Amino acid sequence: MSTAPNGLNTNDIDLSIDLGGIKSPNPFWLASAPPTNMGSMVQRAFDAGWGGAVWKTLGSPIINVSSRLSSIDYGTRRMLGLNNIELITDRPLEVNFKEIYETKKKYPKNAVIVSLMVENKRDIWHEIVKRTNDTGADGIELNFGCPHGMSERGMGAATGQVPEYCQMITEWVKEVASMPVLVKLTPNVTDINQPARAAKRAGADGLSLINTINSLMGVNLDTWAPTPTVNGRSSHGGYCGPAVKPIALHMLSSLARDSQVGLPISGIGGIETWRDAVEFLLLGATGLQVCTAVMHYGYRIIEDLVAGLSNYLREKNLTSVKQLVGRAVPKVDDWGNLDLRYDVKARVDHDKCIGCNLCHIACEDGAHQAITLDGPMVKLSNGTTRPGPNVIDKECVGCNLCSLVCPVQGCITMTRIDKATEELSWNERAKRGSDEEPRPGAIYERHH
Amino acid sequence: MSLTTVPAPRAPFQEIAPPLSADQAAAEAARCLFCYDAPCIAACPTEIDIPRFIQRIATGDTVGAATTILSANILGGSCARVCPVEVLCEGSCVEKTLTKRPVTIGKLQRFATDYVLARNIDVLHAGAATGKSVGIIGAGPAGLGAAAELRKSGHAVTVYDERKWGGGLNTYAMAEYKQTAALALAEVEQVARLGAEFKQGVRVGRDVTLDDLLAKHALLFIGVGLGATSKLGVPGDAQARDALDWIEELKVAPEKVARLDGKRAVIVGGGNTAIDAVTQARRLGADATLVYRRGEAQMSAYRYEIDLARSMGCTLLFERAPVRVEAGALIVKGPLGEEKLAADLVIAAIGQQKRVEFLRGLPGVQVDEKGRLVVDAQTHRTHNPRLFAGGDCVNGGKEAVNAVAHGKKAARAMHAQLSADGVHSKNAQESK
Ligand SMILES: Cc1cc2nc3c(=O)[nH]c(=O)nc-3n(C[C@H](O)[C@H](O)[C@H](O)COP(=O)(O)OP(=O)(O)OC[C@H]3O[C@@H](n4cnc5c(N)ncnc54)[C@H](O)[C@@H]3O)c2cc1C
Ligand SMILES: Cc1cc2nc3c(=O)[nH]c(=O)nc-3n(C[C@H](O)[C@H](O)[C@H](O)COP(=O)(O)O)c2cc1C
Ligand code: SF4
Repeated sequence: MSTAPNGLNTNDIDLSIDLGGIKSPNPFWLASAPPTNMGSMVQRAFDAGWGGAVWKTLGSPIINVSSRLSSIDYGTRRMLGLNNIELITDRPLEVNFKEIYETKKKYPKNAVIVSLMVENKRDIWHEIVKRTNDTGADGIELNFGCPHGMSERGMGAATGQVPEYCQMITEWVKEVASMPVLVKLTPNVTDINQPARAAKRAGADGLSLINTINSLMGVNLDTWAPTPTVNGRSSHGGYCGPAVKPIALHMLSSLARDSQVGLPISGIGGIETWRDAVEFLLLGATGLQVCTAVMHYGYRIIEDLVAGLSNYLREKNLTSVKQLVGRAVPKVDDWGNLDLRYDVKARVDHDKCIGCNLCHIACEDGAHQAITLDGPMVKLSNGTTRPGPNVIDKECVGCNLCSLVCPVQGCITMTRIDKATEELSWNERAKRGSDEEPRPGAIYERHH
Repeated sequence: MSLTTVPAPRAPFQEIAPPLSADQAAAEAARCLFCYDAPCIAACPTEIDIPRFIQRIATGDTVGAATTILSANILGGSCARVCPVEVLCEGSCVEKTLTKRPVTIGKLQRFATDYVLARNIDVLHAGAATGKSVGIIGAGPAGLGAAAELRKSGHAVTVYDERKWGGGLNTYAMAEYKQTAALALAEVEQVARLGAEFKQGVRVGRDVTLDDLLAKHALLFIGVGLGATSKLGVPGDAQARDALDWIEELKVAPEKVARLDGKRAVIVGGGNTAIDAVTQARRLGADATLVYRRGEAQMSAYRYEIDLARSMGCTLLFERAPVRVEAGALIVKGPLGEEKLAADLVIAAIGQQKRVEFLRGLPGVQVDEKGRLVVDAQTHRTHNPRLFAGGDCVNGGKEAVNAVAHGKKAARAMHAQLSADGVHSKNAQESK
């Protein structure tokens, strides 16, 4: 990491965004979920520094179950992934509308977005959108994503999974909405681009993604009841939190690359730190939404998201968060266009090596038997030495696994060894009908 | 004031706690549970948001971590080294209960602050100028704590200090194996870069009068600390060295300090300064002995400091009061009568005197029977509404972190007072 220029104030950095006409002092919004249940909560979040909030989804009255959340832990860390079987708001509509109005009035600079989900009838949608118009909120988000409970009643993901419904309802909403309309997509589809294009055709101003993923969190080993357990039984729920980030990033990049979509995107799914935020921005998100991380640690994390993002921009000599948006998108490509001549090999820094041998066993049993333990001596904690890892270039296919398991920062690096000549992709090779071996060992011929 | 003029620590004073590597810091930071309303924060006099800065280290935002630390405690780098963390933050870490191994908060704090200090990254910024001015007497931790906070609020700050270098005892007294003078001075420079003006070598009461300062500044902050070490008060005590003078020499004039191999050093006292003196004499090669007039349980030094002295091979003698200093010996009186302790070097470390004369000379203030300046606990205002105070001169001598916390508290109250009425600053303007 390079040295930050001395004395440049983080105040010099512009974090403001404009997402499909919705303006926000910073890109961080609370996603529609328990942290945005009511006015007092949203207002505390704004006081803490959140740029915007998508209100907990409004719709026809529902009743929630008791026991709603379940999570998956990893090592000593809790809640790597979270799952819920909660429905939309269980508070009366008029109370929510009144609090939305009051909140917007009190916080004119923050983005207040109203999430909606009602029965798929035109007049019912018109009715709730008109009431939303009166709140003075900045935007509407259509919840086409909730994968449990509501979908069985033909709403939420049941809508999001059928592009025609997506388009139809978005059109109804646009007929009466006086503010920008975002469509929140469900990831529970085979091709995320279809509902996104449908939303675009209907005139949506932006997209939000992802909502939660269909999941069953686990089973209690003593009662044999799945979790979260409601009087001995459970039901599938929606999965979110840090574990879902890669799925969200893939869908985000897929939409960002689709010229038939071309809408600003509010990226959601597993954002917990400023690093996650930067990745979403680079892959095409204009703004960001957070739910699980706030449910875990509270509104206070906004300070670290803002500080981390600002310090990062400063270090990269950038002045506005907008300069990050989509910068990694051109680097996402189809597999067939990747360069087959590009050749990397593992390189071990034996001064850094602590002698854990994890790289050896990973390569031996999980990859290509390219790391033997007869390399240069490495020093162990007790002061003695023993032979360390030795990479056999001929066998190393450059898969990265050893560098992923190595616990020492910067100890194993993947180093380019090809001559950087003209690229040759699979598609190009097929087109030319070439039988060239693009790099040594690329065509399998091992006999031992 | 330049770092290069301060000698680097010499061989016997290698650091007792080396810095963490990036890997160690990442592993250690990952252990923090990110408690809400964390007990460690409550245990820190300057209330650094510890879980937050550790979380920032864990996510790779080291600059952000340093920002969290330094905005609460401008001497975060020093405190990371010299604070008694065992009885402060780390002593209350929940991991101490859970795994018997508290997160090494001090070392993580050092990791983050070293990062920005080494790269000269300024994470704090002066506030928009208010046109008001505060004078600070004493460039020690209390004065620096006040100066940084006042600059953040945009007030002009001038610091007057009688010493050659700023930093107070943070520069001149901290055991060299914990912290070098160079580090302390780098922190003074940090405050200077915030726009505080330092007038070193200026003694208030001799080179300028208090009236001069009251005419020049809207408000004054008194952070004069304590005075010289008390004399042993026995015949021949002129032959004993003042612990503070001796330690100061180790730190800023090490070329004058000879090794003590084969020599006997006897240190009189039972506090942390006595421990610092006996351990440093030992590091210089001496056969080092601490004598204390009461029992071990009565020592004011921290338990782990006493353990440290023992583990280094220092001898600790109790229930022995000094009777006189002779050539080559200290005579003490113990349970068995008078004893002669052979000593090539006798060091007095029986506590610092209060600067009673100076404090009593301040107009309109109260000084208590123990020689401490009396202030309001919340605002740190003395009985004279234009005089605020903090640090050792108020609490009678505690830790650097307490002094910084006092300075910060006082600065916030001064800021409130200056924002509420412009009267005093106007007076100051007119009298210029
Ligand atoms: C040997 C020793 C070891 C210590 N070790 C530790 C430790 O490991 N950890 C820890 O946390 N604390 C330690 N302390 C305590 C710590 O140094 C003090 O608590 C802290 O420095 C107090 O800060 P202060 O600003 O109140 O006073 P000081 O640091 O004493 O600063 C006061 C400043 O005011 C100046 N001054 C005084 N009168 C005038 C005047 N009339 N005009 C101009 N300037 C004046 C002085 O020269 C001095 O620079 C130690 C103390 C000693 C003596
Ligand atoms: C308990 C819970 C309730 C939720 N309720 C809603 C909702 O009412 N409407 C909605 O659009 N999304 C809802 N979500 C989904 C979140 O808004 C968000 O899309 C999802 O949690 C992914 O983001 P994350 O990984 O930051 O948690 C809910 C999520 C949780 C955990
Ligand atoms: S978090 Fe715990 S206490 Fe709070 S509503 Fe859920 S179950 Fe109840």
